[in-house]
Amino acid sequence: MPPESWFRKKTKFSQAPASSIGSAVPDGVATKCAKCAQILFTKDLEKNLKVCPNCGFHHKLSASERIEYTFDPETFQALHQNLRSSDPLKFPDYLQKLDKYVDATGLWDGVVNGVGAIGGVQIVCSIADFRFKAASMGAVAGEKIVRAMEEACARRIPLVVFTASGGARMEEGLLSLMQMAKTSAAAAKLAADGLPYVVVMTDATVGGVLAAYGSLGDIIIAEPGATIGLAGARVVAQTALQKPPVGYQTAEWQLEHGHVDQVILRKDIPAALTSLLQLLGFGAVRLPADVPIARVYGSLETVQVVARSNE
Amino acid sequence: MNILEYEKSIAEIDRDLEKLRAIADDPKNPQNTRELPQQIESLARHRTSVLQNIFAQLTPWDKVLLSRHAQRPYTLDYIGNICDHFQELHGDRLYSDDGAIVSGLASLDGRRVAIIGHQKGRDIKERMHRNFGNARPEGYRKALRVMKLACKFGLPIITLVDTPGAAADVAADERGISAALAWNMFEMTTMPVPIVAAVIGEGGSGGALGIAVANRVVMLEHAIYSVIAPEGCATILWRDIEKKTDAAKHLNLTAQGAVSLGIVDEIVQEPLGGAHRDWHGAADFLKLALVRHIDELSKMSPTELVDDRYRKFRSMGQYVEELPGAMHGVETNG
Repeated sequence: MPPESWFRKKTKFSQAPASSIGSAVPDGVATKCAKCAQILFTKDLEKNLKVCPNCGFHHKLSASERIEYTFDPETFQALHQNLRSSDPLKFPDYLQKLDKYVDATGLWDGVVNGVGAIGGVQIVCSIADFRFKAASMGAVAGEKIVRAMEEACARRIPLVVFTASGGARMEEGLLSLMQMAKTSAAAAKLAADGLPYVVVMTDATVGGVLAAYGSLGDIIIAEPGATIGLAGARVVAQTALQKPPVGYQTAEWQLEHGHVDQVILRKDIPAALTSLLQLLGFGAVRLPADVPIARVYGSLETVQVVARSNE
Repeated sequence: MNILEYEKSIAEIDRDLEKLRAIADDPKNPQNTRELPQQIESLARHRTSVLQNIFAQLTPWDKVLLSRHAQRPYTLDYIGNICDHFQELHGDRLYSDDGAIVSGLASLDGRRVAIIGHQKGRDIKERMHRNFGNARPEGYRKALRVMKLACKFGLPIITLVDTPGAAADVAADERGISAALAWNMFEMTTMPVPIVAAVIGEGGSGGALGIAVANRVVMLEHAIYSVIAPEGCATILWRDIEKKTDAAKHLNLTAQGAVSLGIVDEIVQEPLGGAHRDWHGAADFLKLALVRHIDELSKMSPTELVDDRYRKFRSMGQYVEELPGAMHGVETNG
């Protein structure tokens, strides 16, 4: 035996390329948790609303998964799904890139609007799908948010927006920047009309969406561990003199600093939304059967609100 | 003196002119001949034509450099040249006073207004104090406080935009920079007084828009207004910062580009060779535009002003709308 082979590592494992091993397991049976790297059965992960049973990490959801996990069955009806991006700046490769996302997601943009019911409360809803070019906000996303707000005003029902976005859509230049002002202006109309606006921040909500309609909710909820911050943590780390603190730009960090109302587990979000909207006077408040109204809701005002919403 | 690459030929002529003028001023200098004044005049004419040539063919990237020029007039320079009175108002009444935004009450030929603008610094010390024009949450909240004051007393609002972008560090996030920007835009859409915004240098993304939701938005000839700095765009899209010149071209970030997209209403002329060569001249052009817009807007009722502003921003964006039947993607969860 030549001496150099004494130092050579012996091959213990098969050296077959990963792709050929992978083919032994049917596609999609197993999924690796993006946080703890635990190998999970995809079925188990999906049963658990895509929350890792091992570490509790909330994986990103597609819009249709979000709808399935959130709305009362057979109540969701999509709206405004007929909008597509144009290429106003003739930006290199923009349309080709979009086509790729259209093929991959079956959507025309990273925002899906609709009406539906959550725990019996009728709402207008706008849901971000991060898979579509990081749900970046171009003219279509901005227009859809505004239409959702206008729809809520027209129907006189609350608006719930599930945010996720990598920020503004650079390829649409100033037109995408202006969506920040446009959505904020529409949020002001919604507020003037006295309709509830609830934001649910999901992973990741950053940049222009956070600095516009994302931060304007009457109530702001966040999913555990969601990244929430103006500039990406990497950018901040590059320019900062000190290392960012532990947990910087997570939902929990934002809660601690007073920028969100609650951090709620995915499974509890529908019930929380129902309860919050009922307490704001939309949808019936479910009362414990044996407790008289007056004892629960001391003041006359509250009782009147409850009575109105029961109509 | 900070001289851009494409300004070097002008700087050379300027040096020669200065030398010749020094000679002309010295009666004892043997070179001070009778032809000298003529020579000076022809060189000055040559300078003008060189300037015209260079500035007629600036690339978008040249304009990026120009908008960031270290000698370009900043907000307080304009205020000093435009206003007959200015009373600066400090602090957001919540946390601190941000040097990156200045605000106050002013008078423009007798018109009482509120003025708010981003402020950059000239030397290291001032640049630190002004945070290089990267305004912090306190700055935006100070701006909002002064705008609300203007609303209370029916004063038109002028905003001067000149920022690389909002501060995006840990401290800014802690104190809610995103919410500060969002609420400024929200509140500005409902204000019952005329609002005129002028992009005087760098219109950097959300940090610019945070004080620029106005009835009229004007832009100086060599200013830029962009969703992202060209360097950032090049790094993200092509992972190569050297492609910043391409990014500048494609982002359409010049005043001319912004007007073509319908986002900016008017380009305000700058003196030949850029505002940094003639602060007074630049201020005069800006003042004319501001006064004209404020006088026009002042004829509108509070409701008309709010509607006008809402319509302006509601209509921004270009997209394709298929027939309502052509739904795409998710439809129901039934």
